[in-house]
Amino acid sequence: MLKRLIKLAGIAAVLGAAIFWYLTSPNPLPDDMLTDIDNGDAEKGKLVFYAGGCGSCHAEKGAKGENKLLLGGRHALNTPFGTFYAPNISPHKEKGIGNWTGAQFASAMMRGISPDGSHYYPAFPFTSYARMNIEDVGDLWAYLKTLKPVDVSNLDHDLPLLFKVRRGLGLWKILFLSDKPIVEIDESNPQLVRGRYLVEGPGHCGECHTPRYLIGGINKSKWLVGGPTPEGKGNIPNITPHKSGIGSWTAADIAYSLESGFTPSFDSFGSSMVSVQENMAQLPASDREAIAAYLKVVEPLETEK
Amino acid sequence: MRKIFFATLTACLLTSSAVYADAISDRKAAMKNVGMAMGAAVKMLKGQMDYDPVVASLAFATMNNAAIGLTGLFPEGSETGGKTTASPKIWSDMGGFSSAVAKFQSDTAEAVAAKPADLDAFKAVFGKVAGNCKSCHEGYRVSN
Repeated sequence: MLKRLIKLAGIAAVLGAAIFWYLTSPNPLPDDMLTDIDNGDAEKGKLVFYAGGCGSCHAEKGAKGENKLLLGGRHALNTPFGTFYAPNISPHKEKGIGNWTGAQFASAMMRGISPDGSHYYPAFPFTSYARMNIEDVGDLWAYLKTLKPVDVSNLDHDLPLLFKVRRGLGLWKILFLSDKPIVEIDESNPQLVRGRYLVEGPGHCGECHTPRYLIGGINKSKWLVGGPTPEGKGNIPNITPHKSGIGSWTAADIAYSLESGFTPSFDSFGSSMVSVQENMAQLPASDREAIAAYLKVVEPLETEK
Repeated sequence: MRKIFFATLTACLLTSSAVYADAISDRKAAMKNVGMAMGAAVKMLKGQMDYDPVVASLAFATMNNAAIGLTGLFPEGSETGGKTTASPKIWSDMGGFSSAVAKFQSDTAEAVAAKPADLDAFKAVFGKVAGNCKSCHEGYRVSN
């Protein structure tokens, strides 16, 4: 009897491990999506770079001017899970991503998988980039290759032991990784469609402006309502059109704030939003207007105390 | 004796925290004034209001006034309270903060002295002044 039980337990354990292994397997993009990935247009990719705000984390903290294009990483992101250090994504052959293929880059961006097949931590917002068009990712790839290689080695993330095993992130991805849009909008309105794409995709606004569950996934029912900053002191503003959010701002106010950094009461953006705004200012005015139009139609939610 | 000691101590604490509360509301008021002056300046910039050199110098003078003595409104002990969005970095890097405020003061003083006669001249001067808002708020203010 006991022998049988032990045998059964053994089988269950092996089966469980197999299921875990299967569920947590990295799942790169299919080849048929990647046929044009190396034929991107760097000029267009520059705009994708600003829409995505890559430099805000991958350039040195507080970098200005040309230094914003030196993507050596090392920028620290303090989270409840530990401190993450953005890696070097400059085209440096050994220390950056200069030896990557376009396909590897696309799977990193949209599936959160490294070239060696391990999962990235979602401190890197691939959960938003998963909604990007593959063409934009190809253009971005072409642009990143035109930047200056930076000779700086990556820093190891500073995480508790429990989070050091990346395999389990495969389960997390089943829960939180999706290329489906978050907000239902009038699909026949190209401005809204563009605005949604920018906010939910490359712009990854929700990664900061939306509260997360304890295990770190975005709580979509609280989309863009803001909350205490995970970085410590301060609050991330509610950017829904509720009166406790930015309901009193017109679409023109929102677009202007992204262009200039000034709110309608002529306060100025502070903290990490400064860098975000400086990126947004590089986009065509029509893109800022599209973001504004989208932010006027998302569900108004009251700021949580 | 002990009673008097504690009463005095309490009184001291109360007044000191009142002083800090004042510092916080004073610096908020100073920033509000800068915002209002900015509002008038941007209205002219956007063409929502005709350019008026008097309004322009009034706006720059208001900002300059707010900059004078601004560092003094961030005394030790006023790090928290009153919904302040001041970053702890102000106190850990008082030197950097003071020089950022000093730059704001000299840029606005220059703008006042420049007396821009028309909108184009104003735009050039305005850009330099407005850059101060962002550059200081980026490092010395928490998100809010």
